Amino acid sequence: MDGSAVLLEPFRHDFMQRAFLGCVLIGFTNGALSTFIVLRRLALMADAMAHSLLPGLALALILFGVAPVSLFFGALVAALLVALGTQLISGSSRIKEDTSLGLLFACSFSLGLVMLNFAPVRVDVTHYLFGNILGLSDADLWTTHLISIISVPTLVALRRPLLLMMFDPSVAASQGVPVAGLRYFLMGILVLSMISSLQAVGVVLALGMLIAPAATLYLLTDSFTVIFWAAGFLGAFGSCLGLWFSYLFNLPSGACIVLVLGCFFLLAYLMSPRYGLITKLLRRRHLHEESLARWRRPAETRQGSEGNQA
Amino acid sequence: MADHRLFVRDLTVAYRRVPAIHHVGLEIACGHCVGLLGPNGAGKTSFLKALVGLLPLETGSVELHGHPGKAGRNAIAYLPQRRQVDWDFPITVRGLVEMGRYQALGPWRRFGEQDRRAVEHSLAEMELANLSERQISALSGGQQQRAFLARSLAQEAHVFLLDEPFTGLDRPSQQVLVQIIHKLASSGHLVIASHHDLKSVPDLFDEVIFLNGELIAYGPTATVFNKQNVERTFGTPPFAGEGSRHGW
Repeated sequence: MDGSAVLLEPFRHDFMQRAFLGCVLIGFTNGALSTFIVLRRLALMADAMAHSLLPGLALALILFGVAPVSLFFGALVAALLVALGTQLISGSSRIKEDTSLGLLFACSFSLGLVMLNFAPVRVDVTHYLFGNILGLSDADLWTTHLISIISVPTLVALRRPLLLMMFDPSVAASQGVPVAGLRYFLMGILVLSMISSLQAVGVVLALGMLIAPAATLYLLTDSFTVIFWAAGFLGAFGSCLGLWFSYLFNLPSGACIVLVLGCFFLLAYLMSPRYGLITKLLRRRHLHEESLARWRRPAETRQGSEGNQA
Repeated sequence: MADHRLFVRDLTVAYRRVPAIHHVGLEIACGHCVGLLGPNGAGKTSFLKALVGLLPLETGSVELHGHPGKAGRNAIAYLPQRRQVDWDFPITVRGLVEMGRYQALGPWRRFGEQDRRAVEHSLAEMELANLSERQISALSGGQQQRAFLARSLAQEAHVFLLDEPFTGLDRPSQQVLVQIIHKLASSGHLVIASHHDLKSVPDLFDEVIFLNGELIAYGPTATVFNKQNVERTFGTPPFAGEGSRHGW
């Protein structure tokens, strides 16, 4: 078999084609959304929410059986309860927000596990954690399609107020940005995309996709727009690459995808032209590069009236 | 203009029923550079935030040019303390200044020629034109303050509320900033800046407000900035204004 045949081999299978399509959709949506998670510092929140969806899913499963719509509302209710409960506990006692979030998420996940015992169908928890992207059904694909079509365009449409809100909520509020509304909107989109990811790829992978792409791009560029789009493409590309590796070497697909995204992050962490660890070490170090430049060039090139003080 | 002024009437702001500032009444004419003085916990930040509508008012009202509430507040810009800003945020100076156009554009309208001109003008006024493509953490402290001022200028704000703008600045950048806020004041804007270094007050401000939970004094620096008012403001705990006579 020559090179291109090895490259294209996975695409001959129907289940792999579906898996690649799922990877592109989920990877792109979660990747783009990760911009907001990283900049708004919601990573821990996302983690907690992803795990606390379990009791909602379990309840929906017990009451209505396996249907995407019921699962969605179950998950939404669970996520909202945890988010509100966190605020309630931290607001009404001396317990801080991270503590109450961690506590509720552990309890919620455990409650979900207990409830799953009463579900009419046997559900494997590993499936919840890692999903099975090789077993995507038509319904799963339609759900992910729909959710991508809803979330990416709305995020693009609202990017201006979102940007203001993320940079400084209080100043944004003084400029008339509906800060609280946007916060709920982001949470809603987050839950949506988690539902989309859960069926296919599980909690761990969903989180990897929701954090790694923007974290990588954050080390590479200073432009919000570039981070947003590039994180989407990185999410999609990284997922496909991971899937392809997993097929080639017969490894678990979800874990491979997260590891590939993690490798991209590691590369950026070490080699980013501006913020990379190695790059910084190699660069000639001066505590204040600007003062060095000023010292080398006389005062007339310095900017504005600050030059007077040289 | 008769009502070219900021009118603060009986302003009380409280956090969970604990008042931060108490029944403050003031009338400040535009075109001044006003220093807001008081010890830590005197309610300086609360006062500024209340003026721009970031904190709910327990009592009282704020009027600008005779317009109460939201209509007046749109022309008031609040500049947060520097340590409250996430300087690693992926945004350039120009991007920051463009944020100031939000009120004019809303979420969806296209960023047009007029907006571009406003941004260029603000950058030039604040002497940032040649730094406009820098990421905001690559600025000095004084330049960061000017970047936020430029954003407020692009917002077409009339009143600038600065929270501790001079903290942590070296002397040269402090002087640049002083020149700039005086330029703003002489073009009819109103600048109110909280400040805690008393030595520099006469050089920086032409009017001062002494605040310590309640209003201690307000007026031209030459007449109000004296030892007695400084002691009344800084020598007593908040709200001890009157009680301080009884041997605190």
